[in-house]
Amino acid sequence: MSEHELNARRLLCPMPVIRTQDRIAELADGDLLKVTCTDPGVLHDIPAWCRIHGHEVVDTQTIDREMILTIRVHK
Amino acid sequence: MGKDSNIKQRKAVSLISGGLDSMLATKVVMEQGIHVEGINFFTGFCVEGHTHAIRAKDRKKEKRNNALWVAEQLGIKLHIIDVIEEYKDVVLNPKHGYGQNMNPCLDCKIFMVNKAVAWGWMEENDFDFIITGEVIGQRPKSQRKATMPIIARESGAEDRLLRPLCAKNLPETLPEREGWVNREQLYGFHGRNRKPQIALAESLGIEEYSQPAGGCCFLTDKSYSEKLSDLWQSRGDRDYELDDIMLLKVGRHLRPKPHYKLIISREEGENHYLNGYQHEFTMIRTVSTGGPNALVDGNASEEDLMFAARVVARYGQGRNTDRVVMSIKQPDADLQEVSVKPLPPSEIPESWHV
Ligand code: SF4
Repeated sequence: MSEHELNARRLLCPMPVIRTQDRIAELADGDLLKVTCTDPGVLHDIPAWCRIHGHEVVDTQTIDREMILTIRVHK
Repeated sequence: MGKDSNIKQRKAVSLISGGLDSMLATKVVMEQGIHVEGINFFTGFCVEGHTHAIRAKDRKKEKRNNALWVAEQLGIKLHIIDVIEEYKDVVLNPKHGYGQNMNPCLDCKIFMVNKAVAWGWMEENDFDFIITGEVIGQRPKSQRKATMPIIARESGAEDRLLRPLCAKNLPETLPEREGWVNREQLYGFHGRNRKPQIALAESLGIEEYSQPAGGCCFLTDKSYSEKLSDLWQSRGDRDYELDDIMLLKVGRHLRPKPHYKLIISREEGENHYLNGYQHEFTMIRTVSTGGPNALVDGNASEEDLMFAARVVARYGQGRNTDRVVMSIKQPDADLQEVSVKPLPPSEIPESWHV
């Protein structure tokens, strides 16, 4: 299990979702991915994408205008 | 071993736009026991989310990506593909021309079906055919009986392309011929009447869906298309970057002179969004009163910038005052503060509005 980070600042949806999807494709079961975004749409779209694909959003934080979602990969 | 275990599970990829038709087409095929996964293409022009993300006044509305929402309702996986770069050729050189505005719908459909076919993933994962929600006669130019075989042929999908909502009006396709799906349980919808789709949604227990009025992307929008043409004309080059086409969705666009344009925010969310471009564009901000931020797109001279500051001041709270302090920040220069007289509305002609 390893931890990874993805910078998706300034990207508008669905780009942060696409970047998350492509990054997760390279990760292994149990890995954690921390995605930092600025488009509030991700609070809706990334969890929806995760539910569809069976991954789990384990933590969501909003600091200033940044949203940080931590995802556990399930494969 | 039971007889059934020898039957291969057939699989289809469905082009999910987020609208009702592709949702229904997918559901109809799933009901026949086919394993379906969705694919959605992000061209940069999609109506999804952006304007909500940008505009503060829309922030209270639920922000959702309809394609993801549809996939979740249907219980299927959705793969979203970034096609921004490749899609340029579709927008810039559509072999079959444009629709009413800058929408190259027929070429766009061919491109998307082709992407699904050419996408190695489909073959690697043993998918057998492709589904779209097309309906004959639904769109005057791109969804006609004559365009259906063109899409199938030019995309390379040939008879692996199934349109469950109008299949009965079209020649048999591979999945029908092979008995993977039962043609009798497909539909023969045609024309612009939406009642059959609405009735089908009801019979399938689909209560909520989105029905975009114009189409799935900004290229069907008249004012957006005009802004895009203006961009090409002023640059003398038919090309674009993602930031260009995103900025066309934001703010008020005014072109006081052929060689520069102002993108003036209309509210706080847009202000914030435009701020994100301060390192690439010259930025004009209202300092002494509340007011908009504006980007200068083009090659404005010092004189142009002073004039532009007066134009921007006209949209701020100091519009009726004698002087307003504005800041001008060029990417490679120090911030400059200037006191200007806001331009009276009567001196901003309609023809400046892009
Ligand atoms: S509306 Fe836009 S996305 Fe939809 S088919 Fe036409 S060009 Fe393509």
